[in-house]
Amino acid sequence: MSNESRQGSTVIKGGTVLDQRGEQRLDVRVEGGVITEVGALLRGDHTLDASGCMVSPGFVDLHVHLREPGREEAETIETGSRAAARGGFTAIVAMPNTEPPHDSLAVVQMVRRLGAEAGLCEVLPSGCITMGRAGEVLAPMAELAAAGVQIFTDDGAGVQDPLLMRRALEYGKSLGILLAQHCEVSRLTMGAVMHEGGCCARLGVAGWPSVAEELMVFRDIELSRLTGAPVHFLHLSTAKSVDLVRGAKAEGLLVTAEAAPHHFTLTDEMLNGFDPIFKVNPPLRELTDVIAVKRGLADGTIDAIATDHAPHASELKEMPLDQAPPGMLGLETSLALSISELGLDLQQVVALLSWQPAAIAGVAHRHGRALEVGAPANITVFDPDLTWTVTSAGMASKSRNTPYAGRSVRGKVRHTVFDGNVVVLDSEAQR
Amino acid sequence: MKHLRSVDELGVDGLRRLLDLSDHMAEINRRSVPKVPALRNKTVVSLFFEDSTRTRLSFETAAKRLSADTMTFSVGTSSVNKGESLRDTIETVAAMGIDAFVVRHKSSGVPWQISRWTEASVVNAGDGWHEHPTQALLDCYTIRTALNRPDGFDGLHIAIVGDIKHSRVARSDVWAFAALGARVTLVAPHTLLPPSLQGWPVDVVHHIDDIIDRVDVLYMLRMQRERMHEALVPSLREYTARFGLTPDRADRLQQHTLVMHPGPMNRGVEMAVDPSELPGSVITQQVTNGVSVRMAVLFDLLGSGSALAGEAS
Repeated sequence: MSNESRQGSTVIKGGTVLDQRGEQRLDVRVEGGVITEVGALLRGDHTLDASGCMVSPGFVDLHVHLREPGREEAETIETGSRAAARGGFTAIVAMPNTEPPHDSLAVVQMVRRLGAEAGLCEVLPSGCITMGRAGEVLAPMAELAAAGVQIFTDDGAGVQDPLLMRRALEYGKSLGILLAQHCEVSRLTMGAVMHEGGCCARLGVAGWPSVAEELMVFRDIELSRLTGAPVHFLHLSTAKSVDLVRGAKAEGLLVTAEAAPHHFTLTDEMLNGFDPIFKVNPPLRELTDVIAVKRGLADGTIDAIATDHAPHASELKEMPLDQAPPGMLGLETSLALSISELGLDLQQVVALLSWQPAAIAGVAHRHGRALEVGAPANITVFDPDLTWTVTSAGMASKSRNTPYAGRSVRGKVRHTVFDGNVVVLDSEAQR
Repeated sequence: MKHLRSVDELGVDGLRRLLDLSDHMAEINRRSVPKVPALRNKTVVSLFFEDSTRTRLSFETAAKRLSADTMTFSVGTSSVNKGESLRDTIETVAAMGIDAFVVRHKSSGVPWQISRWTEASVVNAGDGWHEHPTQALLDCYTIRTALNRPDGFDGLHIAIVGDIKHSRVARSDVWAFAALGARVTLVAPHTLLPPSLQGWPVDVVHHIDDIIDRVDVLYMLRMQRERMHEALVPSLREYTARFGLTPDRADRLQQHTLVMHPGPMNRGVEMAVDPSELPGSVITQQVTNGVSVRMAVLFDLLGSGSALAGEAS
């Protein structure tokens, strides 16, 4: 069944609608890219079976490395979009650390165009804060903002210079855009391979101390207070970082934060066998940090689950641990890990995956909207009870670097509807 | 035993077994023809991705005295590109029919990665800052013979002095010495200690004078000059003043105290005395014993029961 030939209406039938308003057994009819009716026993030209499934607003991932342009052997915008669609995402924010990076209109427009051509989800290019992500000169933020870029970050590196970060916040405030920080004081993480703690001491590798993240979280909370500009914190990994954000929110500061599934499911002990598949930046930390990240997700301190999907070619992940690049796949396991590991009710899980990140990305009018008549048809249908085993070969991503291979998880995306088209049907991508 | 990658995976029983076996190998090494056919038809490949003289020669001598065939694959200081081809290198060499890889690499953990890609045994000849298990074995063997402690190190006090943080020797020795019953004291400033010592069977002092006149073994580590660039100590002069073995301090050692060093030494830095003038120095014996313990390791990994009897033909 090809979507292009699919004319008329489609009814998502037999599922339970789960959105901001709660849960209700309802069918959803989609036509012409929008929701045209929500109700019981609907009929349409086509039927999408949703029995036993939740029907929710599409998911939004604030943090995806698509690798194109520059590292197409690891991922392309098309293969990454396919992985995203299979993970239930209808919009993804593309990180700027490509080669060349997202510091010019040409690259940003190309990324968006290739995303549109793939047609599997909406690809939202982020913009660099500084030229070449080098931390020295501001990127053309106004030009990129005028072209629709909402989130600016030098992800992969933090903006080290506090004066430059202050200027970026002040300048960005006038543009209505959001700065997202990769919090890492790089002088404290020179040559770092993994979390600095007991495991790292025993394994004899250079450590990445928690304080290198926390110092920058603290600095940027204070710079946000000073400038009145909002800051988003990428991939929080330490207990103290979560506490700092919690405190800032209690004061009413304009801060938001995300956490990645690997930071609430894995610890630094995974590296005891020296397998670079578990190397990631920021690194896997200790059990106390994992518990704190979970608590932050549960109590609203952390607004979004973002995957930090970071594909790498197998040969790079077979290099010695200190030379292998950091990063792990995430798009196709995020929902399942969130359902399996967080112990939250489903509405809270979907909030963290859908409408809360949609609001941060500035796309809440298109993604993560309650399933009401007139809303754009960006919808995820998932079975919250299906247990399955992760395999690296079962990924749509071009790379294989999942740290979860062999792990049994619960919850799987069954269908994804993007812009009215069924792009994933029975867990298989349709284009 | 399939691999020797760390002291940890050897365990105290394995440690004792190999030390006993080393006695037997030392006896072979004292013969007029120090060679036995124990590992005939076995092939041992030395894969040295980092420069080393004594460890590589020691392993090769050990393998030859057991009549193994040996091959050496020497790569200079490994580049990123060399690292990328590590798996291909291993699989290519393994395809020639290899029984054991002896691996030295500047990156911690490489022996673990290699053991996932080959059926051959893997012997860690030093990986990054992580472990150097045969060094620990030869150090234990040297203490055991020099102080006549065949049953273990109960009651012995061993101080390891210097750059613990970046030392694979220390990361193996601490666990081996402690497993055999010794009390281990680390002597270093915090900048040269691992970021956490949680779970380590050690105590710590920050000045060599705190232990100089009371230890049974003084184990001096090499202080690498490049550490000066990382603000780990203000100067070599200050390091020597606080942690170096100077003539004054040598005079304060107990009569029976052994002085050890894994080599290569930095004369005038950690060793501010001529070791040949130290009565307790067993630094040369360490090198000699290295051959015996490496013979024991290779035989334990590759040999079969009775093959040690008889002379090489």
